[in-house]
Amino acid sequence: MKLLSLPSDTSIPFMRYRVAAVGTSLVLCVVSIVLFLVVGMNYGIDFRGGTMVELRFEEPVNIGQLRSDVGDLNLGDVQIVEFGDPTDVMIRIEEQPGGEAAQQRGIILLRDLFGEMADFRRVEVVGPRVSGELARAGAIAVIVSLLAIMAYIWLRFEWHFAVGAVLTTLHDVILTIGLFSATQIEFNLTSIAAVLTIVGYSLNDTVVVYDRVRENLRRYKRMTMPHLLDLSINQMLSRTLMTSITTLLALIALFIFGGEVIRSFTFAMIWGIVVGTFSSIFIAAPLLITLGLRPGRVSASDKDDAGSGGGETETQPA
Amino acid sequence: MLHFARWQIVLIVLTIVVGVLAVMPNLMPRSWVEALPGWLPKQRIVLGLDLQGGAYLLYEVDRQDYMEKRLRSLTGEVRQALRTEPRIGYTGLGVVDGGVQVRIRDAAQFQDARERLADLTNPLNQSLFGGGATDEFALSEGSNDMLRLQFSEEGLAQRMRSIVDQSIEVVRRRIDELGTTEPSIQREGEDRILVEAPGGDPEQLKGLVGTTAQLTFHLVDTSMSGEQALSTRPPPGTMVLMTSEDDDLEPLRPYVVEESPLLTGEDLVDAQPSFQQQTNEPVVSFRLTTSGARRFGEVTTRNVGRPFAIVLDDEVISAPVIREPITGGSGQISGSFTVQGANDLSILLRAGALPAALTLVEERTVGPGLGADSIAAGEMAAIVAAVLVALSMILVYGLFGVFANIALITNIVLLMGLLSLLGATLTLPGIAGIVLTMGMAVDANVLIYERIREEGRAGRTPILAIDTGFSRAFATILDANVTTLIAAVILFQLGSGPIRGFAVTLAIGILTTVFTAFLFTRLLVALWVRRRRPTAVPV
Repeated sequence: MKLLSLPSDTSIPFMRYRVAAVGTSLVLCVVSIVLFLVVGMNYGIDFRGGTMVELRFEEPVNIGQLRSDVGDLNLGDVQIVEFGDPTDVMIRIEEQPGGEAAQQRGIILLRDLFGEMADFRRVEVVGPRVSGELARAGAIAVIVSLLAIMAYIWLRFEWHFAVGAVLTTLHDVILTIGLFSATQIEFNLTSIAAVLTIVGYSLNDTVVVYDRVRENLRRYKRMTMPHLLDLSINQMLSRTLMTSITTLLALIALFIFGGEVIRSFTFAMIWGIVVGTFSSIFIAAPLLITLGLRPGRVSASDKDDAGSGGGETETQPA
Repeated sequence: MLHFARWQIVLIVLTIVVGVLAVMPNLMPRSWVEALPGWLPKQRIVLGLDLQGGAYLLYEVDRQDYMEKRLRSLTGEVRQALRTEPRIGYTGLGVVDGGVQVRIRDAAQFQDARERLADLTNPLNQSLFGGGATDEFALSEGSNDMLRLQFSEEGLAQRMRSIVDQSIEVVRRRIDELGTTEPSIQREGEDRILVEAPGGDPEQLKGLVGTTAQLTFHLVDTSMSGEQALSTRPPPGTMVLMTSEDDDLEPLRPYVVEESPLLTGEDLVDAQPSFQQQTNEPVVSFRLTTSGARRFGEVTTRNVGRPFAIVLDDEVISAPVIREPITGGSGQISGSFTVQGANDLSILLRAGALPAALTLVEERTVGPGLGADSIAAGEMAAIVAAVLVALSMILVYGLFGVFANIALITNIVLLMGLLSLLGATLTLPGIAGIVLTMGMAVDANVLIYERIREEGRAGRTPILAIDTGFSRAFATILDANVTTLIAAVILFQLGSGPIRGFAVTLAIGILTTVFTAFLFTRLLVALWVRRRRPTAVPV
């Protein structure tokens, strides 16, 4: 009936590699932070203010020629890149000096220049005040969501799990920011959406593993932590893989067919899924050891995983 | 877990039927939808501006501009008040540091002056429950018989609120004239107005919304040429205004005009684009109110031979010479207009002036071509993703994979149905949210199936394994989805436009996922178990 089967009943000693895995992650995190501080992110106009225009010309365009034409307009820092097709270009103009009212200057000049020969497929102008607000709102959203999720996990699990989950998520966020710094993919509002979705996904993965760890802690009171974690991860391995695969398949479809507008969003998401899957195994679990969680510490009366509550249903015939 | 009461089955099936009915209008041509009986849902999913093309324009009421204008007119009121008999001598009347101040010459008249100015503090109507009235201005005394009128904080705030309301009204009238379909105009925060208009020409829209359109007629002071007045000082009670900037034909020219206008836009009852008979040049014809017509008639009778300036937003459009008294109450404004220019100006004049200038602080426009491309791309991605996910589920889980896929299709139907019923807006990131939901929706099924497998390996009978698998996986599914839901809700709070669309589909997707995985898949499996009585764990 089934054509493929996922690895089941595995006993991979994940925890044996935990030092190497956590070490690698730490190095990557440091690299990400250094990249972020030294190279910085390529912030889009959402956060930096300015003008972004997507143009479709009737014929393939010579980007070099465009650069010099637009350069003559004296609009300050201008970026021009091909956008998907040889006839399509994206032009980004930095925020113009002179406050809110001055921001329309760029788009007016561009329309004078290209109005006849190109279709203005997309125009975005963000003034200095709005960009400041959006940047603040974005940062607040990421922080608040981390706190809210931590609070939820705290309610449902022991504090070790809550701290572990948030640190794991933080790890994923840092690596995602590292990706944006390293590739210089534009970081805009949609990227914030990507980061928050990665946060959601990574937590989803982490929670699933933690859930099993908690269950096993109750069942095997005398097992050592590394063993117990290995057991839990192995038990959940086929699920972790299957979900990552289906989600990645969906994202790859989006990446290839979803169009240029959301390509950077999907790219970040794909990276986030890979990192999130890795971290739920190699970061989330070892953190529980570091945080001092031990078998027997979780008593049955302690914050029970209520819901369907395992035991009772067994006595109930189907 | 595998037992369902009849009413439970009915409820589950009913939910799905409602979902299907809610999706239907999206798949039918509009004429069919209108022919549907009244009890059926008719809403379609609203496509976001990024999918159907259109403009998202965020304006801010220019507080500074309003304050300056208001203080200028207050200065006039103060002058008027002090000049009425018996006159009070004053000096140094003017706007200083965001207030109007004046020095009274004769200390004996100070109290009288104070009373007169106190009348100008302009009590504003409070709301029904607001208690005592707030004054727009606060009157204070300085040293050396100085009097000062300054905006009171609460008064200004209240004034700004009503200005935003009025502006929204004016903007709405202007856009309605344009005939754009379903524009949305709403207040954002304290002093912002968000205009979202699908389709249409964004540049024309921007021109219409962003123009203050304060039309005034002033007599031109011919005692001094404009150039002279610029280099020295205009005579008292007059000001210098320049010709319109977009006028390429002539260089900017200064005019000396009287400060107080003869007529304002409020004296107009109608404005229409037309053509001047001799030159066939586009012009705007207007008609005046009865009182406006009477005043205009009087002034033109007294000033035959003098030019008067037609001024729009402090720029002189034209300055014709009065050849004969104009008593008919109608006239034409010419000013080297294009046909569209004349048309737009008539719309602006009919809709009335904005009480304060609006500054465009955020603009996002998408052309119809890109929108259509995005929809096509989104559909393609969704189909490919669905096929890939469905195939992998069948490959790995066989028959139960088919169950999961039926659940997945149901999930998407419910998701689209809910989006239609809620009138939610579908954006390109929203489509991404749906595709992502497809990938993650099967997670719930995977969790359940893997658990069933495990329970089977642990030696339980197939039926017990299935039962336990469902019940044990539930807590995990719940925890995992609540965390994502939290992220989605916060995203919604933060987001504007497209991002909100993403948050909405993600959040609704989570709800429908929990429903389909936990109730619908379970029902499918239960029915199968009842029929087949499996002897081996089927996953």
